[in-house]
Parts: sequence; C-alpha cells; structure tokens
Amino acid sequence: MSTDTTREITYLEAVREAMVQEMRLDKEVFLIGEDIGTYGGAFGVSKGMLEEFGSERIRDTPISEAAIAGAATGAALMGMRPIMEVMFMDFLTISMNQLVNQAAKMRFMFGGKCSIPMVIRAPSGSGTGAAAQHSQSLEAWFVNVPGIKVVAPSSPADAKGLLIAAIRDNNPVLFMEHKLLYRMKGPVPEETYCIPLKSAEVKREGRDLTIVAYSIMVPRALEAAKKLAEEGIEVEVVDPRCLKPLDTETIIRSVCKTGRVLIAHEAPITGGFGGELAAVIAGSEAFDYLDAPIRRIAGRDVPIPYNRTLEQSAVPQVEDIVKAARALAQEGR
Amino acid sequence: MNTEYCEVDMTVLKTKKIDKVAMPSSQRLLSELPREKLVWMLQRMCEIRYFEEKAEDLYVRGLVHGTMHLSIGQEAGSVGSIATLRPEDLIIHHHRGHGHTIAKGASLTLMFAEFLGREAGYCRGRGGSMHIADIPGGNLGATGVVGGGIPTAVGIALALQMRRSDQILLSYFGDGASNEGEFHESLNMASTWKLPVVFICDNNQYGMSMHRSKVMNIENVSERAASYGIPGKTVDGNDVLAVYEAVLAADEHARSGQGPSLIDVLSYRWRGHSKSDRNLYRTHEEIDGWKQKCPIKRFKKVLVDAAVMTSDDVEDIDKTAKAAADRAAEEAQTFPEPSPENLEDEVYAL
Repeated sequence: MSTDTTREITYLEAVREAMVQEMRLDKEVFLIGEDIGTYGGAFGVSKGMLEEFGSERIRDTPISEAAIAGAATGAALMGMRPIMEVMFMDFLTISMNQLVNQAAKMRFMFGGKCSIPMVIRAPSGSGTGAAAQHSQSLEAWFVNVPGIKVVAPSSPADAKGLLIAAIRDNNPVLFMEHKLLYRMKGPVPEETYCIPLKSAEVKREGRDLTIVAYSIMVPRALEAAKKLAEEGIEVEVVDPRCLKPLDTETIIRSVCKTGRVLIAHEAPITGGFGGELAAVIAGSEAFDYLDAPIRRIAGRDVPIPYNRTLEQSAVPQVEDIVKAARALAQEGR
Repeated sequence: MNTEYCEVDMTVLKTKKIDKVAMPSSQRLLSELPREKLVWMLQRMCEIRYFEEKAEDLYVRGLVHGTMHLSIGQEAGSVGSIATLRPEDLIIHHHRGHGHTIAKGASLTLMFAEFLGREAGYCRGRGGSMHIADIPGGNLGATGVVGGGIPTAVGIALALQMRRSDQILLSYFGDGASNEGEFHESLNMASTWKLPVVFICDNNQYGMSMHRSKVMNIENVSERAASYGIPGKTVDGNDVLAVYEAVLAADEHARSGQGPSLIDVLSYRWRGHSKSDRNLYRTHEEIDGWKQKCPIKRFKKVLVDAAVMTSDDVEDIDKTAKAAADRAAEEAQTFPEPSPENLEDEVYAL
C-alpha cells in the first residue's frame, strides 16, 4: 500500500498512529493498560497520547491484568471500543478468564444479543533477553478459542491498517506486536486506512517454494529468500497477517504454484499454529501439487532462555530458515 | 447459627460489630414505600420461588438437559436490591441468577424457554439456566465462572462513568467469589476510579460444600470493604426491607459519584449447590432452621401485621405467582428447539 502521503515510520509509530487517528475519529475508542500514560507504555507505544487525549481515555491502571481485561470487556459490552494494552503478552495468562470465558463467549452464550468490540494489544516474542516469562508467543491458545480473532502484523504498514481494522471490528481481536519489530522502519501512508482482516499477502514472489510466515518470521523469511536467490532458489513468502480468520485461499494458491511449503513461526512447534496451517494445506487442492512433504520450522519446545546464544537457538533465525528452505527445495528431486 | 452484622466505619476504616438490623427502619420503610412497591416486591419473591420450584420439577421429570442452581431461600436479596433501581439501571450477576433475572423484569416464559434450551429462550438455547441475559432489559448476563462477572462489572461501570450517565450497575457474586483474585483486583480498581457500581455479595454461606468459616478468616464479607476504602455492610438477607434500605443507600453513593460499596446480603441456600449435591456437608437441622426463617413468609407476615394488606391479598399474590410460573412452564414446552444449521451464526459479530 502506497500513496502520495507515504513516508517512512517505525512499526511502533505506525501502531501509535493507528490508535491516535481512531481516537480522534471516535470518542468511544480509548486505551487502557499499565503505565501507558506519563510513562508512555513499557515500550513507548503510547508516548504523547496522554497529552492529546487526557487521562480518562489514556487510562493508567493498577497492576491488575484480570481487572484490566474485565474493564475492557465490560466497556465493550456497553458499545465502547476499548484498546487494552498488556505490558507483555505473557501477562495475558492473568487475563485469561475475562478474555476466554467472558469476552469470547458472551455474544454466543447470550444468543447473539450483544457484541464485544475490543482490541487486546500484546507485545510478544523473544530476542530481548527478557527470558522465559517476558518472551512468549501465545497465539495458538487464542486461535483455539471461538469468538476471538488473532492478528500478527509483520510490517509498519500492515500494523497500521490492521490495527485500524481491529479497532473497527465488532469482536475481541488479539493484536500481536513483536517487540523486535517495533524499531523496524517502512513506508506507511499518513491517512487512515484499513487492511481487512482475513487478507494474507504475498510478500515476495517466487516459483520454487513457499514460506508461510507471520510476525517476526516474515522479515527473517524475506532475508532468507534473498540469500537463497543468490543460489538460484526462488522463494515465495506468504504472510497470513491474520491467523483467525485465516485467508486460506492465498496460501493454497501459492503452494499450488510452488509445490513446496515451509511454515515458519516463533512459538514452540508442538501444538503451534503451524500444525493448523499444515493441515489446511494438506486438506486442500494443493495436496495434489506437493512435490515434497509439508515442513515446519518453529520454536523449540523449551521456555525462552536468557543467554543470548541460547535465546537465539530457541527460535528460528535467518540461517535456520535458509537451511530448512534449501533442504526442502532439494527434497525428492 | 448465630449471625453478627457489621458496618465499616468510613471515618476510621474500622469494622464495628452491630447487634442486628434495626427493625424500626423496616417499619419506617413500610410506611414510606408506596403500596404498589411492596406488592411488587412480594409478587417478584413469590414468582422466583415458584419459578425455581417448577424448574426443579421439570428437572426431576427429566425434561431438562443441563444443570441448574437454585436460589430458593435467597429471594429477598435479589428482590430487595433490584427494587431500589430505576428502570434504566443495570445488573450483572452469576450462575445462581434466576432471582435477579425475574426481579429485573424478565418474562418467566422466555426464561423457561431458555432453561429448556428452546430457540425462543433469552439466549436462543445457547446459554441455559446458568447464563440468562436480557440485554434490552438491563440484565447484562449471568456468568458461570465464580467471580467472573466482577471484572466485567468494572468495565460496564467505567463506560457509564465515561459517558456521564446517571445509570448505576449492581454487580452480584457469591461469598465464594469474594475469595477470588478477580474480586480483589476489581474492587480495588472500581474504588480507585469511584465507579458507579454496587457490589452485592449473595452470601448463602457456602461455596459449594465449603462453609464461609472454613475459607476466610473474617466473620463478614463486608469487612473486606475496608481494604478498598469503601463502605461495607452486612445485612440480614432474609429481610427484604433491610436489603432494600442498605442497597438504596449504596445506590445513592454510587449515583452521586462517590463510588462503589460492598453489601453483604447474608442468607441461606435451601437447596444443594446444583443437581449433583447430596448435602453431605451440612445437617438437616441446619437447613430446617433456615427454612423457619423463610424470607417470603416473613415478608408476608410483616405486610399483614402492618396492615399494608390482608392475608387474603397476600395469598392472592402467592396464587397468582404460582399460576404464572405453571403457565409459563407449559407454554415454554411448546416452543421449538433450535436448529444446528445456524450453530455458528453468532460466534462472531459482523
């Protein structure tokens, strides 16, 4: 997406811009979370927002993740559009009753007579040396809960357009922001725009093999693709962007074209979202086009360790993706 | 069972024991409240009792698929509190929620329809007895996870405050829920922000099998109010007028921007926790003792003694309520079941 007003900003600034623009547009939108006011949020995402919108709409809270999630759920039930910022995705464990048993269920459980339009913004992922309790990628839990949508943007432009779509969506939407992406720069149009949820994007075209990747794995897959291109292997990178609802069509079309698919995510491999992607592909018309088994590269089944070397070896790095993709490109030939 | 009542003294944030709820205020209310209001209260209490007895009957006859949690014996709590509300005020409550739902004005027929899992039911057969909500009627639903509605209540009240609304919210939960972390987080947050909500503990003295004395080291749930800097009061939950008086004061506190209160409505659940309960944790003598304190019989006597109505009037109200519950149950059984074809329709809003 590019227009006359497009300029380079960071992923973090894109997230902030989406919130600011929506809050200017709709007074029912507000941000609630820990240290989001004067402090500007643990990662600085809401910096400056208190000055523009005041402490009622940039609402600092006690350290009470259950009550924060409840406050967002209840306000959404009343028709407001709260954005809840959790300091680290890991802390959603404390919010789970409100998110899973209340926010996700109330509409259905009450016969479709209410809706819960809220966004849960969750800084996720490893790479910052924050160790096991501040580095997780818990998307698979949420994808398995009917009533919640899950978005995991990989670029500044996607972050802005998808966050605006998430705020305008009439359901609880988990919005994952990878901490390592916050400083990533990219072209972002200045005006307000929506990227519809359930719209995957082909981030790079290629004929030899498809990598399905989301969040931090997209820039890593793109870098891997660049290296593989030097070896003559043309990789197509598909970013689902939204895990639920999932744009299966774009993914299947790409696999039909290349006949080989590698699925990449940071979360631990066992029970990870990659299994779902693999099943979707295997159960589709792409099955007949497969020249090799569907492969996955994902986090190892360990808590994220502190030491830099250990931390990096716990989740796929560019070199790991290069290796896995190279092997897959040769497999069965 | 000896019961002490207490009140939190806000000036020193200290709990003081008080002898019992003073009768004179009940007498005063009897003369101050319009007769229609008192009639309304007795009608709703009788309807709740007969609705639940009928629900139990349907269950015993094998006509009900799921479970149910009966509030028989606790009718004064739901009616006395909701009687204080304006029509536009809101409630959010819990799995033992038939009483609140009826008091908030729900149709007995549509409640039975939900209980029986019919499409015409309040939740189109998706929720059942444990999750009845009547959103247009201001009943924002019953939560089945103990204490789970309390944080949601914070958000509802927050929306009311942010919109500068005059409405208030009553948030109900049980004595067991007051031991949940969500209770603490929510009361702290609501009191910090002075939200327009009244927290009402439907204290039936048991969290499933556990008597309150075995799970908390305080005498009264209302003592917990002191740690949030809000008013707390334990009232005789079998005295509908005492409940009315305490909740009305808390309503005014909330509506005037002074924030939440914690009202501990002490009563007793006559029936088991749910259908699986065999009452192994309490004696028949204890249950019978509380049945002697029946809130409905007590209110009837108060009304007749004060000459608000005759015993014939009272019995007419009783009979009418029973007939209404019977009729509603019959009608609900004629409604069609929902179809699995549109099962996924309401998972997500458009």
